[in-house]
Amino acid sequence: MKTLDRKIFRELWMIRGQVIAIALVVACGLSTVIMSYSTLESLQQTREQYYQEYGFAHVFASLKRAPNTLLERIAQIPGVDKVVSRVLAPARISLKDFVEPIQGLLVSVDFQSISNPDSLNRIYLREGRMPKTTTSAEKMSQSNQKIEIIINEAFAQPHDLHPGDQIKIIVNGHEKQLIIVGIALSPEFIYQIAPGSIIPDFSRYGVIWMEDKILEEAYDMDGAFNDLSIKHRSDIQSHVIIEKLNVILKPYGGLGAYDRSLQVSHQFLSEEFKQLDGMGRTFSMIFLSVTIILLNMVVGRIIASQRDIIASLKAFGYSNWAIGFHYSKLIVLIVMVGIVFGVLSGLFLGKNLALLYMDYYRLPFLDYQLQVGTILYSISITLIVTLLGALFSVRKATQLQPAEAMRPEIPQRYSITFIERLGLKKYLSQSSRMILRHFERHPLKAFMSVFGTAFACAIMIVGTFFMDAMNYMMDIEFNRSHREDLMVTFVNPLSYKAVYELRNLDGVLQVEPYRSVAVKMQSGSRSHRTAIQGFMPDNRLYQVLDTKNRVVKIPESGILLTEFLAKKLNVTSGDMIEIEFLEGKHQDQQVQVAGVSNQYIGLSGYMNINSLNHLLQEDSLISGAYLTIEKGHSEKSSNEISEHFFEQTQLKSMPQIAGVSEKKSLIDSFQKTVGDFMLTYIVFITVLSVAIAFGVIYNNTRITLSERSRELASLRVLGYTQSEIAYILLGELAIITFFAIPVGVLIGYWMSYGFILGIQQDLFRIPLIINLQTYIFSVLVVIGSAVISGLFVQRKLNQIDLVSVLKVKE
Amino acid sequence: MTNENTLKSSGEKVFLTKGITRTYQMGEVQVHALRGIDLELYAGEFSVILGLSGSGKSTLLNILGGLDIPTTGQVFYKELELSHATEEQLTNYRRHHVGFVFQFYNLIPSLTALENISVVTEIADDPMKPEYALELVGLTDRMNHFPAQLSGGQQQRVAIARAIAKNPAVLLCDEPTGALDIETGVTVLETLNRVNQELGTTISVITHNASISDMAHRVIYLNDGQISSIKQNDIRKTPHELSW
Ligand SMILES: Nc1ncnc2c1ncn2[C@@H]1O[C@H](COP(=O)(O)OP(=O)(O)OP(=O)(O)O)[C@@H](O)[C@H]1O
Ligand SMILES: [Mg+2]
Repeated sequence: MKTLDRKIFRELWMIRGQVIAIALVVACGLSTVIMSYSTLESLQQTREQYYQEYGFAHVFASLKRAPNTLLERIAQIPGVDKVVSRVLAPARISLKDFVEPIQGLLVSVDFQSISNPDSLNRIYLREGRMPKTTTSAEKMSQSNQKIEIIINEAFAQPHDLHPGDQIKIIVNGHEKQLIIVGIALSPEFIYQIAPGSIIPDFSRYGVIWMEDKILEEAYDMDGAFNDLSIKHRSDIQSHVIIEKLNVILKPYGGLGAYDRSLQVSHQFLSEEFKQLDGMGRTFSMIFLSVTIILLNMVVGRIIASQRDIIASLKAFGYSNWAIGFHYSKLIVLIVMVGIVFGVLSGLFLGKNLALLYMDYYRLPFLDYQLQVGTILYSISITLIVTLLGALFSVRKATQLQPAEAMRPEIPQRYSITFIERLGLKKYLSQSSRMILRHFERHPLKAFMSVFGTAFACAIMIVGTFFMDAMNYMMDIEFNRSHREDLMVTFVNPLSYKAVYELRNLDGVLQVEPYRSVAVKMQSGSRSHRTAIQGFMPDNRLYQVLDTKNRVVKIPESGILLTEFLAKKLNVTSGDMIEIEFLEGKHQDQQVQVAGVSNQYIGLSGYMNINSLNHLLQEDSLISGAYLTIEKGHSEKSSNEISEHFFEQTQLKSMPQIAGVSEKKSLIDSFQKTVGDFMLTYIVFITVLSVAIAFGVIYNNTRITLSERSRELASLRVLGYTQSEIAYILLGELAIITFFAIPVGVLIGYWMSYGFILGIQQDLFRIPLIINLQTYIFSVLVVIGSAVISGLFVQRKLNQIDLVSVLKVKE
Repeated sequence: MTNENTLKSSGEKVFLTKGITRTYQMGEVQVHALRGIDLELYAGEFSVILGLSGSGKSTLLNILGGLDIPTTGQVFYKELELSHATEEQLTNYRRHHVGFVFQFYNLIPSLTALENISVVTEIADDPMKPEYALELVGLTDRMNHFPAQLSGGQQQRVAIARAIAKNPAVLLCDEPTGALDIETGVTVLETLNRVNQELGTTISVITHNASISDMAHRVIYLNDGQISSIKQNDIRKTPHELSW
């Protein structure tokens, strides 16, 4: 081994504490990248494979009713590989101990062919078995026999349903008794969400797979279908098929075929993946850049401390390149330790996170992806940037003439410090004066220490503010915007009369109707598919908020757009947008944008209910209503009242009610699913940020120690006590920390701003809200790290071997 | 033992400086370390530079050693103009032609005595074995000690061993005996003398110890950045004969 290489290993060993701290920072930075990317890639890959293996269709279409004979024509559309027709029927599910209404979706299945590998939208059995197919003989006596069905797992779990359990449904006005024989998953319902909702509520929406013959009969669909799934050749684009399909289906009440991008589960899942991707990318970017900046600072200072060694090497005739290479090796080794740990922990965290997601999305398996590309990419970036930084520092040292570099660095200027000049001198001890002079003489070093510590503080803030933002968002959405207790959705739009019916129910205080229409908005080449909500002008239970979260009145005419949607369509107040209604008479209309509103979840347009109905060329129809119910007074709790309400809607047979969502349970459900889930990610990120913060501060402290140990040892020799020199060093650290905190808070604030810009998209937009607690927590971590590092350093300082420090000129 | 000084007439010029100055900018003040030095050093010559502290001795030696560049004026090492050499030429010059003993030793703290020498011999053309160089300065038993485990004088001897180990054509020593007692100082000076006589190495030594100048071919007196006089020793003393 070359002598210089030996020097590397010796020095690595000598600064091992620092090496570990640097490695920790690098490892955390890389972990974040690798964890985020491998999780996402694994999920996408898993979804892709799931789709493939379980025949997820390419094109979907709903229609009123068409005879099975039509299928032949559809199969003849060029490029179509496979067509599967079926009946989908809305149903109401009732369970024994659950009074609230549950929306159900009945899906007809030919259980004999579903296991063929080429059949579409196949189901994955988690538990139990497939239903037995009924023979025609059995069909005769079917009425007194229980119908065997399969239900989806997301619904089964919260209700603890298993094969053998029985449930009751109302379909088409008739009650049916069902027996569960299997629990399943399906690529169609990965993200299981009731139509029109934006938050999944697993216990209030269930998918039921039922034998086709039985469902057709129950839903008066004998020999007919109302839903189609198509798989086409990969060289054909979906829209070609869709156009042809729409022509064929039009006479049969076709509602417009669509491809995967508009399939509810796929769409929501894609949005969530986008969100995850945004978060992963943004966190990765922030963490990696901070890591690299910090790494560069540390490396720069390590190299600067070897200025005179570099000069000697130069004097011996080592070329600048040889010296650069020598230090590159040193740096690569330090960084390598971090890289190895980073990759390992990134893969470990990524795998566990992906497994959590697998559970969350109920994927049948996980195709964990080793992100070789991402790993190599992030490693190279870390290495290259660090090396460049290291070489820059080496260059700074080699640019000096060796003779000059070998002398101790010349103090920039000799002066009594500003504070001393202010006349405060008499209040300062000699040690305090030394601290101040050190800062004035080495402003760059002081600046770097402050900057490094500030970054540690900033990364804590970015890593942890997210929960504040989420809570704020929830508060605005669910307390300021949504002020109702219950939201009732009708199966089909009803006349205004329904409002009175609802108002007459026991315990109901207020009823405010709304109209919701699926539309496609267009402006120039930009378009977006969403819904327009129509409200009464004096609406109280659902309030539209402006960008400062103040209540805005719904304008008489024109439309209010969510700010993000207006940006997406590139329109502002006064512009006209084109609206294509996706229900009713399907006509196109022009509407003027009356203003923008704030909304953190989802994107929509708001209009006056009358002008919306007018545009639709319909009478006053309503899609549902917001309700408040009596708050529990002495004898009745509000729970009982809502239970009572649900009983009434069931008893008084209001079959028009498709579902009732209770705000409270929606929030609960949100927090249980999305919230918990985010929390896991945030916990991971928080741990990583704490580690980075500590690593940085510890490093800073160690470098300061090594830069000053000679001077401090000299002071000891001159008669200063251990605690006096500790005071000098720790005082310096305390001052650095003190100045770093406000700077860090500012940087953290701006980085958080960058973060939310990075992750905003259709489904969620996170507001920049950072609570005081988050700042306090971040600051405490910084102070805690400083104290712990200070203790370490103090111990080192006590062990300082005075003689040997002074004997060798460093 | 006496020695006839014939070098000046027969020896070729190794170093030639023409009016070199060196100024340091210290904020508003300029420090003139050298104020115009014209000097020639000859092959095989043993010269001693004498002068008060701050007179510019180290500055001059550093410039000769290619460790520093004069502010104005020219320095030649044989045909190579050090004052206008490229980085690569300077590196090459330092690597293959000069051995340097620094005033502050500048040992690498993380390397042992032996390794401090290997660092230099590994890149030299025709070096001695590092162990042998240590033997010359009498430190064989301290081979595996780190600088922090050596006394000041021992460190200085390692620095000297490091300089001679590469068998350089010129040896520039900045106070090589400053930290040594008489006995060790004499040993070191004898080593230098031997290197000078046996290998014909050109040696220039800075010292505060005027008596050392008795063993030089020539003595150069520096005063406030200028050469005040040059004395030629017709008779050289051996290190043993020096009176400390
Ligand atoms: N890098 C520098 N910056 C500023 N001034 C310098 C620098 N190097 C040397 N000097 C000044 O130049 C002058 C000559 O310094 P030099 O080191 O050559 O003296 P010297 O003769 O070697 O003294 P000593 O015997 O004490 O080693 C001194 O006044 C010194 O303060
Ligand atoms: Mg000197």
